[in-house]
Amino acid sequence: MAIRTEPFILNMGPQHPSTHGVFRMRVTLDGEVVLDVEPVVGYLHRGIEKLAEGRTYTQNIPFTDRLDYLASMTNNLAYVLAVEKLAGIEVPERAEHLRIIMAEMMRIASHLMAVGFFLNDLGAMMTPVLYMWREREKLLDLFEMVCGQRLTYNYMRVGGVSHDIPEEFLPALKRFVAEMPGLIDEYDQFLAQNEIVLARSKGVGVLPEDLAINIAASGPVLRASGVQWDIRRGDPYSIYDRFDFDIPVGSAGDCYDRYWVRVQEMRQSVRILEQAIPQLPQGEVCAKVPQLLRPPVGEVYGRIEAPKGELGFYLVSDNSIAPYRFRIRPPTLINLTALRDMVIGWKVADLIITFGSIDVCLGEIDR
Amino acid sequence: MTIALNGEEVAKKITEVVPGSVAAADKMAVVVGSKSLYQVAEFLKNTSGLDFDYLNDLTAVDYLDYFEVVYHLTSLKHNHSLVLKTRCYEREKPIVSSVVSLWRAADFQEREVYDLMGITFEGHPNLKRLLLWEGFAGHPLRRDYL
Repeated sequence: MAIRTEPFILNMGPQHPSTHGVFRMRVTLDGEVVLDVEPVVGYLHRGIEKLAEGRTYTQNIPFTDRLDYLASMTNNLAYVLAVEKLAGIEVPERAEHLRIIMAEMMRIASHLMAVGFFLNDLGAMMTPVLYMWREREKLLDLFEMVCGQRLTYNYMRVGGVSHDIPEEFLPALKRFVAEMPGLIDEYDQFLAQNEIVLARSKGVGVLPEDLAINIAASGPVLRASGVQWDIRRGDPYSIYDRFDFDIPVGSAGDCYDRYWVRVQEMRQSVRILEQAIPQLPQGEVCAKVPQLLRPPVGEVYGRIEAPKGELGFYLVSDNSIAPYRFRIRPPTLINLTALRDMVIGWKVADLIITFGSIDVCLGEIDR
Repeated sequence: MTIALNGEEVAKKITEVVPGSVAAADKMAVVVGSKSLYQVAEFLKNTSGLDFDYLNDLTAVDYLDYFEVVYHLTSLKHNHSLVLKTRCYEREKPIVSSVVSLWRAADFQEREVYDLMGITFEGHPNLKRLLLWEGFAGHPLRRDYL
């Protein structure tokens, strides 16, 4: 006997542990099968773009910490690079190296959280993420040594960085770099061939290559779909052209590939750190920049490969002390465009892991 | 290294196909009329040699006399980029054609511009506010919104 059923609408979030923040999904379900998803964002909107128009270029640096708060250093970097491009400021060699070191440490920290919480979403409740947390903790200790903060660093400055590193920093970083490959091997041993991980994530939430390009996906989401595009290589900024590293690329574009690409990128970041530490030159860490910066009239779009994708800053200057327009290109909001295509026809539990595999940060989506 | 294409040269190519569409062009950017924006965007995306398959960023700037909608385009195939702009002199109800059917990357970004800048994108499949709630008065990123 056929039972008459109707699709129904379920609100997931904004308060829901698997939404990684205040994110709401309006899901239309047929039993447990997803028919439609509509992401609803804006619960964390603080109007940073508007606020920035009333503050000087330097005062805006702390705002960038509050975008993707799991990768504050790279947000700082993206912003100061854009301002430097706008004002034509040269950065000392030592500062360039320090920036690369910080950015790659930050990438490892951000990917650790992405991978850990992805496994959390898969149902490996809290055990794998605690391993990842152990390593992230070491990185946060290092960041604390450098700038006294553990989450919102405010370390980069227009023209360089705010402080030189303390003398105990490099030995601690070297210890971390030496042990990290072994720890990544340890994760792989536990997880990469784990039957539950494979069964739950292989073939789930597929994002085909052409769609990934069409929605302007970036970062690990784009590379997992088989596109070999990394801004550090494709459009090098700072001094990335001097380092040797590979770009891990997936093939299937499923949740597993996104997980796999992130783990491999951590290995590559360690490689970059290994090269950058011995090269670190002596010298100034910040160029001489006027306290009230007035960039010439013009505009700039500066972009970097942040852990979550292409983070861009579009700045328009009218030669005053504050930006005329301050636009942030949020990688994860744009990566979310394809969420609906990735989950239709899958179960609610697959929706959760697909969303987790995109690795979003609501601070950045809502700004 | 991504090569930024010279706007003047691209403008010449655009004028051959969509005559009268280019309003201004310099080395940095091409500005096209808002009426022919979609045609130009289609040309940039589908012409071999240009192949702008990737819309990095879509945003708008309020210059008080006019709104400028800015498209940052990249071709992953050739690794070159272009800045495309269009201007809207209407202040009450500025309208620009939507490019969602070409690049779905524009979906959320056009909604955001509509939300915060108050520009309507004609042809957008689901044009409603993105970050603020329905019924919010005004568009905060306009320069005269205080």
